[in-house]
Amino acid sequence: MAGGGRRKRRRLHLSRIYSYTCGKSSFQQDHSNIGGPGFSRVVYCNEPDSPAAERRNYAGNYVRSTKYTVASFFPKSLFEQFRRVANFYFLVTGFLSLTDLSPYGAVSALLPLALVITVTMVKDGIEDWHRKQQDIEVNKRKVKVHDGDGIFRQDEWRNLRVGDVVRVEKDEFFPADLLLLSSSYEDSICYVETMNLDGETNLKVKQGLDATSSLLNEDSDFREFRGVVRCEDPNVNLYMFVGSLELGEERFPLSIQQILLRDSKLRNTEYVYGAVVFTGHDTKVIQNSTDPPSKRSRIERKMDKIIYLMFGLIVLMSFVGSIIFGVETRQDKLKNGRTERWYLKPDDATVFFDPERAPKAAIYHFVTAVMLYGYFIPISLYVSIEMVKVLQSVFINRDIHMYYEETDKPAQARTSNLNEELGMVDTILSDKTGTLTCNSMEFIKCSIAGTAYGRGITEVERAMAVRSGGSPLVDEDLDVDVDKSGPKVKGFNFEDERVMNGNWVRQPQAAVLQKFFRLLAVCHTAIPETDEETGNVSYEAESPDEAAFVVAARELGFEFFNRTQNEISFRELDLVTRENVERVYKLLNVLEFNSSRKRMSVIVRDDDGRLLLLSKGADNVMFERLAKNGRQFEAKTQEHVNQYADAGLRTLILAYREVDENEYIEFNKSFNEAKSSVSEDREALIDDITDKMERDLILLGATAVEDKLQNGVPECIDKLAQAGIKIWVLTGDKMETAINIGLFSSRFASSLLRQEMKQIIINLETPHIKSLEKSGIKDEIELAYRESVVKQIEEGRALLDASGASSEAFALIIDGKSLTYALEEEIKKTFLDLATGCASVICCRSSPKQKALVTRLVKSGTGKTTLAIGDGANDVGMLQEADIGVGISGVEGMQAVMSSDIAIAQFRYLERLLLVHGHWCYSRISSMICYFFYKNITFGVTIFLYEAYTSFSAQPAYNDWFLSLFNVFFSSLPVIALGVFDQDVSARFCYKFPLLYQEGVQNILFSWKRIIGWMFNGLISALAIFFLCKESLKHQLFDPNGKTAGWEVLGGTMYTCIVWVVNLQMALSISYFTWVQHIVIWGSIALWYIFLMIYGAMSPSFSTDAYMVFLEALAPAPSYWLTTLFVMIFALIPYFIYKSVQMRFFPVYHQMIQWIRYEGHSNDPEFVEMVRQRSIRPTTVGYTARRAASVRREDRFYDQIHKDLVAF
Amino acid sequence: MSSNMASSSAGSGDSSAARKNSKRPKCIDYSSALLSLTLLDSKFTQQELPACKPILTPGWVISTFLIVSVIFIPLGVISLFASQDVVEIVDRYDNDCIPAPARTNKVAFIQGAAPKSCNRTLTVTKRMKQPIYVYYQLENFYQNHRRYVKSRSDSQLRSPKFENQISACKPEDDAGGKPIVPCGLIAWSLFNDTYTLSRNNTPLAVNKKGIAWKSDKEHKFGNKVFPKNFQKGNLTGGATLNPDIPLSEQEDLIVWMRTAALPTFRKLYGKIETDLENGDTIQVTLQNNYNTYSFSGKKKLVLSTTSWLGGKNDFLGIAYLTVGGICFFLALAFTIMYLVKPRRLGDPSYLSWNRNPGGGR
Repeated sequence: MAGGGRRKRRRLHLSRIYSYTCGKSSFQQDHSNIGGPGFSRVVYCNEPDSPAAERRNYAGNYVRSTKYTVASFFPKSLFEQFRRVANFYFLVTGFLSLTDLSPYGAVSALLPLALVITVTMVKDGIEDWHRKQQDIEVNKRKVKVHDGDGIFRQDEWRNLRVGDVVRVEKDEFFPADLLLLSSSYEDSICYVETMNLDGETNLKVKQGLDATSSLLNEDSDFREFRGVVRCEDPNVNLYMFVGSLELGEERFPLSIQQILLRDSKLRNTEYVYGAVVFTGHDTKVIQNSTDPPSKRSRIERKMDKIIYLMFGLIVLMSFVGSIIFGVETRQDKLKNGRTERWYLKPDDATVFFDPERAPKAAIYHFVTAVMLYGYFIPISLYVSIEMVKVLQSVFINRDIHMYYEETDKPAQARTSNLNEELGMVDTILSDKTGTLTCNSMEFIKCSIAGTAYGRGITEVERAMAVRSGGSPLVDEDLDVDVDKSGPKVKGFNFEDERVMNGNWVRQPQAAVLQKFFRLLAVCHTAIPETDEETGNVSYEAESPDEAAFVVAARELGFEFFNRTQNEISFRELDLVTRENVERVYKLLNVLEFNSSRKRMSVIVRDDDGRLLLLSKGADNVMFERLAKNGRQFEAKTQEHVNQYADAGLRTLILAYREVDENEYIEFNKSFNEAKSSVSEDREALIDDITDKMERDLILLGATAVEDKLQNGVPECIDKLAQAGIKIWVLTGDKMETAINIGLFSSRFASSLLRQEMKQIIINLETPHIKSLEKSGIKDEIELAYRESVVKQIEEGRALLDASGASSEAFALIIDGKSLTYALEEEIKKTFLDLATGCASVICCRSSPKQKALVTRLVKSGTGKTTLAIGDGANDVGMLQEADIGVGISGVEGMQAVMSSDIAIAQFRYLERLLLVHGHWCYSRISSMICYFFYKNITFGVTIFLYEAYTSFSAQPAYNDWFLSLFNVFFSSLPVIALGVFDQDVSARFCYKFPLLYQEGVQNILFSWKRIIGWMFNGLISALAIFFLCKESLKHQLFDPNGKTAGWEVLGGTMYTCIVWVVNLQMALSISYFTWVQHIVIWGSIALWYIFLMIYGAMSPSFSTDAYMVFLEALAPAPSYWLTTLFVMIFALIPYFIYKSVQMRFFPVYHQMIQWIRYEGHSNDPEFVEMVRQRSIRPTTVGYTARRAASVRREDRFYDQIHKDLVAF
Repeated sequence: MSSNMASSSAGSGDSSAARKNSKRPKCIDYSSALLSLTLLDSKFTQQELPACKPILTPGWVISTFLIVSVIFIPLGVISLFASQDVVEIVDRYDNDCIPAPARTNKVAFIQGAAPKSCNRTLTVTKRMKQPIYVYYQLENFYQNHRRYVKSRSDSQLRSPKFENQISACKPEDDAGGKPIVPCGLIAWSLFNDTYTLSRNNTPLAVNKKGIAWKSDKEHKFGNKVFPKNFQKGNLTGGATLNPDIPLSEQEDLIVWMRTAALPTFRKLYGKIETDLENGDTIQVTLQNNYNTYSFSGKKKLVLSTTSWLGGKNDFLGIAYLTVGGICFFLALAFTIMYLVKPRRLGDPSYLSWNRNPGGGR
């Protein structure tokens, strides 16, 4: 990478560091399948052009993530469109409009449908086009491909074929699934970052076969290289690969250890050579990519119900109409050679009007009527909502307040489906590490030889300080305050003059301190990288904790600067000479860290030739491994560790021992044997051997690393809690840390845990269980676990019940093991009851699967909207399970973001996302849908009423084009503007009065009451419009010139009234007028007149009965204008009265806030604070409000507002 | 993780380069097709456009009602006056014009061959200024029935070229294979009662020109289209047409063909272009040909003057007055309500969430 001159890295054997991952692979059972079904792939390495390879004809490396191709776009997206009930209905009516059944012309019925469908398709197309752009970008990436004769040239990814040999440089992505042939390291290991695959940021080690790595070191070595890989067919398993490599006569087994997966990245390795095994869609990562589960918002599901209700209404009305029509038609029967309504010639009628076959006519009429009353269902509803949501997402994406400068990441609404759901979240399930915290570890304290060092104040400590003295009123302005001055070393926040700047030598236990720091500098697997210009050393480590240690060691004067395959070099202050000296430790073995061992050790030979085992690990595994004489500082250290845990820090215990030469030789022998063994229980074997080695340790001390909370997290949680949102924390951390983080977040004493909160802790650490565990009978333990969990849950419930409705808040803390049992079928109901009764819930040590299960439990158990937020691959299940998944696009890879619905850069943006955007989107969408049905009912009912005056013959009241353009032109833009721009309450007030959010949680704005209310309003408008127009045009003597008004005049007048009424209704019901609203509302009305004129001026063969209606008949007639004015005012009066009374005397919460704003109290901080505190609900928060003297009054207020919110 | 740290610290070195590609939401971002359509300034994307946020304050509510009533009451008065100015004489004749013996079977009479002539006498009770419009009014006649409305051929009416476009006209489409012009049920059922008016035994001229809409005459009914095969079918419907006069001049037909909106309707028959004085008696000799008896429809003869508002229709005036009045009272009522339940500014309890639970919803 670094320019032209490839710096040749010393060829290293690093594989010996990795005892677990690196080892020989062997032919196992699976390998016998090769060649059989499922294992049929044959790859001719380095000869992709050979006839044998061409016969195979494997797919190319072109990757397509688009939903459609050019060819499939039309059929497929059309199909998608018509899967929606309403669209399908309109399609059917569209087809029926081609028949005689239609009450209107076919073109006017099909055109709006076509328009609506086209708009949606264009939207789909644009979205797909963006994906296409991404595809093109990916497919055009360059990689070096062997072009024969040992020459590698650049080629695009998409041109890769199976069998090609490629050379991938450091920090490049692998273009396909490759077989690792050799790397810049001599034992052909390479480091791979699989962030895009599983979200894990630690580096993984891959190792090629000796057989290939010994052959292939240079570009030119590939001139003659040939090999045949026989392996499994493409599949989804990321952690398995079965295959074999034939080199000449020899066969070698291949495992996943030799496979470099597409979309992972080469790190820390200059280059690798690989042969392409799977290309394009055959690669494991793409085989793995599934479409995220499609989520639909609650509102939309409810909207479907409204649509079904409308269908029901249509069918009912059509049914009634058909019966009457049938009866009236039957009366036209020929009697005595006469017919009643002779002018209809019923004796010579088609089947649609034949009195002799009246039932049949009625049935046909039913179909016609269903088509006619279709205007009850807004054809443009879906497309409008979609457009609105896309625009809303654009606003979310562009919100400067949710843009994180540091990582250059704006918020990203990946699906626009769920915008309004953001305003209805009842429970937030949050991951801790990386979500609430930064996941950047900082070395902050340590305890060495029983002395605690580190003066740095943790945020928890600061929070505690604030709590004891600070007032929340002041703190609000303080906001994001934690910026520290001066340049800071990342990962290091340690301050103590006793040990810094070499002062440690003056400490009484200087020797222990030295050992401690040496251990930090030596016992790790980090790889140093020296900046050649500045000489600064930086590190790449497997975990952020480890990086923090190395950095800490460096900052304290033990600078680890070089690693070779068996040496670790670091500089330290020599105690005698007081100068920096370089020390080189021989690295003999690394006993790796893994989650079951919870410790990591190295065996080194120091420069004095002593053999040392240096070890660090979790307190519970380390303390039990101490030697009798190594427990000198145990009590003190234990105390410090507990203190650190209380302060929310992550601790590790450091210990060492000297190893006897003979012991080591023996160990090394058996260890190497175990490592190279190929049996199934290899890991157990290694475990066993290392376990024996890591004993009798001498305690040095403990480290404390702070996983800092992200900026603004406590404030955000506080706001969310004030909004009445429940927050559950699901974390992998241990209980103490989790509780402390919980406590910590409650900086303003409101959120997760308060000190005065009662904690219900469920765990399995009772002495009884511990003793049982020792006995080791599996079934018995299981049983005891379950019993214990059930018992604890029930005790918790009892406690909860006992407290009754009193204000005491509870917090539930449960650990992963107990959770396993709590989530079992019979118990989970009780558990959920308990959990929902608690103000906050913390689940510690939970696995990804448990996270998903808990999410599902909450979602299905409470039936409320859940939001999961997380940043890592372990949160993916949770994110997909929840109603809304929010990914933190932070440091831990992209996996969470890729499976999220909305990605934000920082947890604190959740506040704006929910309280502002969520609330807005919710109130907009719900108003929008209500209004949609309002206007269409207004329109549809006038049609129905008119039917009653045409003996239900399905004669529409309006011209065909008036009918079909109503939804498209004259009423759609204001609704869209409403959906995009309306703000019931400005962002500032959303923050100030978080309880406003409850409007969404309790679904007040989209309750059936409100929906039906709007429909009723529509009905009133329709009745007013129809009857007033009819009466005022009675006898149709409307013209000063004695002309009478016909059907077209009545229709035109009514339609004018409708356009005015629905648009004025809009103007009346929105609370936010910008120029956009003015343009669309008045524009829609003006458009109607313009349309009427233009359409009326077209030749009569096209405009038919609308020809010149406006200019000739309507406009010159004063009665037309008078009628319009009267009807539009009259139709709005009922709503106006309702709104005035309701606004003044029964305001809902957002209206109260509007009053506050209107009356200017928003600038009166005390007043606002008072109102804000009073709006805080007792279940989530007590302290702020309870602190006030007038408790009794407060409580009444809570009850009242709660009642109000519920009742509305 | 530290790998990220390393790379990010390395990245900070060339931060200027990174800034260029910053994803920071910008005022105008051309990468998004949707957005580049509209010129956006940051106020717009941040949803902070200057806006008016009206809420229904007492002032607004009361003044709205007052304004409505202030506008509506005068309008109502004016409309009512206009309507009162109109003099209208309505005479229902469908029953009286059947000779008493035939009234048991009116349909048989109207379809029979007996003379249908009938005399009516109208008295002018108030001076009627010319032009006086003569209308016939039909009731319970569904000119808006879908079968009826559709039964016409606009193109045929417009131009002789489309004489054969009669598919919509069934069953009155052709007579013996020849297309009927004008075809369809509407034309076929053309009203055929005729009125001859005289005052004090001097004939009153009824001008039958200019009774149709101009656009109909000029654009919808062709001046080269002549009635053909009209009423030649096996059953005669209504009036016949003079085959020598083009449709554009057949104003009775044109008026009839503009279908009425409701089952009760009036259609213009002609104009009397002299004033009628109070006390004048008008003799009408009418030919009672049109069969409304089979569907029990009423027939009325109407003489009416017009005002600027049209014919006699008090509805609009009364409605305006009523609503104007109601709005006035609503203004009063709201004033009282606001006074009775005043809210002191600055008192948070005014937010009504502390209001007496008994007085609420």
